Amino acid sequence: MTALPPPGNKRLGLVIDLDTCVGCHACAVACKQWNDAGAYGPLNDQDGYGAEPDGAWLNRVHSYDVVTPEGDATTLHFPRSCLHCENAACVTVCPTGASFKRAEDGIVLVNPDTCIGCKLCAWACPYGAREIDPVEKTMKKCTLCVDRIDNPALPAHDRQPACVQACPTRARHFGDLGDPQSAVSKLVAERGGQALAPELGYKPTNRYLPPRKRRQRAGDTGAPARLDDHGFDAQKASPLLRWADRLLSR
Amino acid sequence: MHPAASVILFTTLSGAGYGLLFWLGLWLLAGRETLPDLALPALAVGFVLVSVGLLASVAHLGRPLRAWRAFSQWRSSWLSREGMIAVISLAILVALAFALVAGAARGRVDVLALALCVAAALTIYCTARIYSSLRPIPAWHNAWVLPGYAVLAAATGAAWLSLLAALVAQAEALRMVALASLALFVLSVVVKVAYWRHVDRHGAGVDAASALALPAGSRVMPFEAPHTEANFLLKEMGFALARKHGRRLRRIVVMLLCLAPLPVLAAAFLQAGGVLAGAIGVLLAMLAVLVERWLFFAQARHVVMTYYDARPS
Repeated sequence: MTALPPPGNKRLGLVIDLDTCVGCHACAVACKQWNDAGAYGPLNDQDGYGAEPDGAWLNRVHSYDVVTPEGDATTLHFPRSCLHCENAACVTVCPTGASFKRAEDGIVLVNPDTCIGCKLCAWACPYGAREIDPVEKTMKKCTLCVDRIDNPALPAHDRQPACVQACPTRARHFGDLGDPQSAVSKLVAERGGQALAPELGYKPTNRYLPPRKRRQRAGDTGAPARLDDHGFDAQKASPLLRWADRLLSR
Repeated sequence: MHPAASVILFTTLSGAGYGLLFWLGLWLLAGRETLPDLALPALAVGFVLVSVGLLASVAHLGRPLRAWRAFSQWRSSWLSREGMIAVISLAILVALAFALVAGAARGRVDVLALALCVAAALTIYCTARIYSSLRPIPAWHNAWVLPGYAVLAAATGAAWLSLLAALVAQAEALRMVALASLALFVLSVVVKVAYWRHVDRHGAGVDAASALALPAGSRVMPFEAPHTEANFLLKEMGFALARKHGRRLRRIVVMLLCLAPLPVLAAAFLQAGGVLAGAIGVLLAMLAVLVERWLFFAQARHVVMTYYDARPS
């Protein structure tokens, strides 16, 4: 059924820390590796080693040059994947019922056996979360690794999405954003986590933690705020330096 | 958005087909036809236009053999609703053709003609809603899309009906349809120009800072793309060719829409050469809609492109 379930108490999703993400693409590679062999795989490539490789990926990492409103220049690495929206238009536009949102935890999935590859769900997603599989011709998207998180055969610490486990800077966090007491919800509250383009009304579950203020100027790092000669205070210097200063000032 | 030939053919052909069936239904309801001279050829042509259009739309699917599954989600999906009502229209069309051949009573023909009118109009409505319901594409998510689809379907349908009326030498039908088509083509120019003015004024839809959860006023420039080759998103939604030729192509659409009713009128009021004139009218009308539909896709920008082509404003 493509009708959306009523919003539940449990909303599984990701929290991505844009402050610590270094843009290494480990999450994207781990995602590709796991989901190629996972329950919703394969995640095919066409002409993978040829001149124009084409393939479905569920996670893409952009890198930007950003000038903040205060005028500071920074880099921003931005992993982009399905946000498991509450108002998931990709689900309601689906003509076959292949796209669905799980009532129990809000994860948005595609049934690969009933998808007709009409691409309307990809058109309906403002975040570019869905890509067509060039070989199977059906739509692929982030599953939050349901085949890991639902798998009782795995030890508890392995029941996490592959991207979260792979992240070398621990910029990715997985948990229940519907529970205000969960670690991810506390992190969002503490760091002012944001939804992407909330004005579109899709109500994404995933949150992004904005970059902290950068220590860009000498003063921000604990060094004297100004490193030129005016920073020398003769009264505070040792007698030897005071003498050298007097000598050199003649 | 990538202007896929399958979808452009589908909306152009089935739009004209359902427009034709709509006018035919009205014509039968008006009780002007005593013998099915015009109705049967019109039903046949409508059937061919709609069927070819629907087959083209199936060709757009990654897995065409699963197309039947699309009839299940009418509760939420405009695409599913459209598929259902399109097939229901065809069933009504076939029933009407049988009723006319069998010489059924006036009342039964009227009921079927009314049903055909309603089903054809609903199909066009659903087709337009597939596009106008998509929020991430501001050029489609606006109030001008539905009237644009409806008026062009009605105008091209009227052009086809006048050609058929010229073929079977039904002078009265021909004159009425020709006058209706003149009004519809003029209206379609007005609606399309208003649509273009609207989409040109309303920009990208989402600002890069908001798309990246950054504070408002941040200036954003991509310095490293997420992938080295084109991917599905760029191929499907990153089409930009028409922005270069957009102005000229729009002028061509307006010119064709203004020219199309002239041969249709000539067919209605000239004694000889009516069929040729009607055919030229249909050709011009279909060409206008093909170019218009191509622009409708090619000039529409999907907000996901904000992640790829963000530029400080």
